[in-house]
Amino acid sequence: MSEKVLMKGNEALAEGAIRAGCRFFAGYPITPQNEVPEYMSWRQEEVGGAFVQAESELASINMVFGAAATGTRSMTSSSSPGISLMQEGISYMAGADLPCLIVNMMRGGPGLGNIAGAQGDYMQATRGGGNGDYRVLVFAPYSVEELGNFPKMAFEVSEKYRIPAMILADGILGQMMEGMSYNFEPVDPKTLKKPSWALGVNDGTRKKNNVSSYGLAEGELEHMVLKRAERYALIERDEVRYEERFTEDADVILVAYGISARAGLAAVKMAREKGIKAGLFRPITLWPFPTKRLAELAQKCKAMLCVEMSLGQMIVDVKLAVNGKVPVTLHARPGAFFPVAEDIETAIESTLNGKKEQLFTLSDLAAKATNTCAKPSDTICKEGTLL
Amino acid sequence: MPKIEVDEMRCKGCKLCTKACPKGCIAMSDSFSRTGYYPAKLAKPEACIGCGMCYLVCPDLAITVFK
Amino acid sequence: MKPITKRPESLVDIPTHYCPGCGHSVVHRLIGETIDELGIRNRAVCVAPVGCAVFADKYFNCDGIQGAHGRGPAIATGIKRANPDTIVFSYQGDGDLASIGMAETVHSAVRGEKITVIFINNTIYGMTGGQMAPTTLVGQVATTAPHGRNPLLQGYPINVSEMLSQIKAVKYIERVSVDSPQNVIKAKKAIKKAFKNQVDGVGFSFVEVLSICPTNWHADPLKALEFLRNDMMKQYPLGVFKDEGKTQEDK
Repeated sequence: MSEKVLMKGNEALAEGAIRAGCRFFAGYPITPQNEVPEYMSWRQEEVGGAFVQAESELASINMVFGAAATGTRSMTSSSSPGISLMQEGISYMAGADLPCLIVNMMRGGPGLGNIAGAQGDYMQATRGGGNGDYRVLVFAPYSVEELGNFPKMAFEVSEKYRIPAMILADGILGQMMEGMSYNFEPVDPKTLKKPSWALGVNDGTRKKNNVSSYGLAEGELEHMVLKRAERYALIERDEVRYEERFTEDADVILVAYGISARAGLAAVKMAREKGIKAGLFRPITLWPFPTKRLAELAQKCKAMLCVEMSLGQMIVDVKLAVNGKVPVTLHARPGAFFPVAEDIETAIESTLNGKKEQLFTLSDLAAKATNTCAKPSDTICKEGTLL
Repeated sequence: MPKIEVDEMRCKGCKLCTKACPKGCIAMSDSFSRTGYYPAKLAKPEACIGCGMCYLVCPDLAITVFK
Repeated sequence: MKPITKRPESLVDIPTHYCPGCGHSVVHRLIGETIDELGIRNRAVCVAPVGCAVFADKYFNCDGIQGAHGRGPAIATGIKRANPDTIVFSYQGDGDLASIGMAETVHSAVRGEKITVIFINNTIYGMTGGQMAPTTLVGQVATTAPHGRNPLLQGYPINVSEMLSQIKAVKYIERVSVDSPQNVIKAKKAIKKAFKNQVDGVGFSFVEVLSICPTNWHADPLKALEFLRNDMMKQYPLGVFKDEGKTQEDK
């Protein structure tokens, strides 16, 4: 246990990774996570690790691919557009069954977007923007303390199942400063057992090791994918993490992760003061998603309200989990604008009083929008099908 | 008397050895091997000097040189 | 009488999938001999590309890894920096090294990564069926340049060795060929030097090897040799472009 210190999110994360035994970092500058590579550029040297500023995010993830293959705890960090560039590399790491840590400090998108915090990459993280059937572990911290302590957990679960791990945070968490402390003893990577599959100096006690992600013989790839899926099933059964506040008697349960959960918690407290029985369910693992617990909670509450800094991505998983048992609505702040507790509190009330204030649906948006597109000509519509 | 032996299961009939041999002792076989290629063979054993030029250019390590 | 030639121990005793006459197989043998002679089999790591040599790491009796197209030098960087005791070599073709991977190639050289890069230049994309490569010659026909490479539309072929020799941290660059026995001997020397540099901790070492591609040039191997000797060697002269040992600054 370390002393309590005031730290910036990005730096707490970097220090947390070092303390967890991370000895290889490759990254490329992108706002709002530049403090991570900058911190690593001097801290890795202090612990005898390696830091490389790569020529791109694409190169970064491939350097992690190589370093992780040697059994070294390896990490990269970036923000949304850079994570897009890494998708191929993440798919390769998943296909090669390599553990590693990838950090996404989300910012507004799509495209260049802006540099403020956002939560628009949930689908990219949990469904995977890379090709093929794979998953990555996705951990969502909501405080500087969690940012500092999650890397150790991420590396451990990643190595246990040989699956890449992602910490999905956002620009606000990365830039803010809070008191925090590390709740674990620093790990000396030399005390960690070298995996049997790792590349490196062969002292004659093993066969050669090959790391790759392909299977070209007949039936080989199907076998590989199914074997991997078995591990995914174990993860879904054993590695779900979440936090609940005031849910025991809640009528309305907010579902939010990361910084949205902080605003959501404030809104829940405001609602309780008004006599509304609100609660907060905070998924900590976004994959594996806490489907089972949400389904249980849906048996007792009247409604769920997702709070997301996006057009609504996690809400899909919430709806799947509750399977129609309760209505699930959305308070959305896409385009990297911070959700405000008072607005969320209004949304909580809307779920109970039937109003639509501070609730968000695309159909409502469409109803309000003026249609500036030209009407399709009648001749086209006559024969064609409506999209 | 130096000689070469061609492993017919490895030779892919590329003919590079025929050109590399300074004494022109290698030629391609008229019949094909079990792998479907027309392998090289030591057509003029008396001319072989065991220089190993054929071994150097052979992509498939199909040739062993004896001296 | 006894055999005076043998298969290197570092080369797995299986037939390869390479086409008859392909230069890849020759270079694999030279690398296998090098790994044997330098006694580094227990710590060599082969980084295989995407391309005809995608299975390269399966042919060597040492650790290997196969990664995304063009990323070999970045993967090698990760391996070498995480485990400096390994002898890492990135084995790549024209598309891998000079097209999609050009940034990784240049920047691993700029950073002076202590790795060995072996570049097989056959002026064409082999595995995918003969498309134009950055190294395809002007007028040379490819499936994506059916009238021959037109400099007005497709630019000129790139001389990677010359280009990389401008980079300060690069220690050794040589272009060789495996078309004749004499050139194969020189190629072996260059490859061995590029590996020995890594054993001695000298710095970024790069060997470009000219090779025929009979299948995608639509020529039998002997005819393909003529194209290599008469045309390729004019565009890609053989020779040493840089050869530095450890300098005062390195120590």
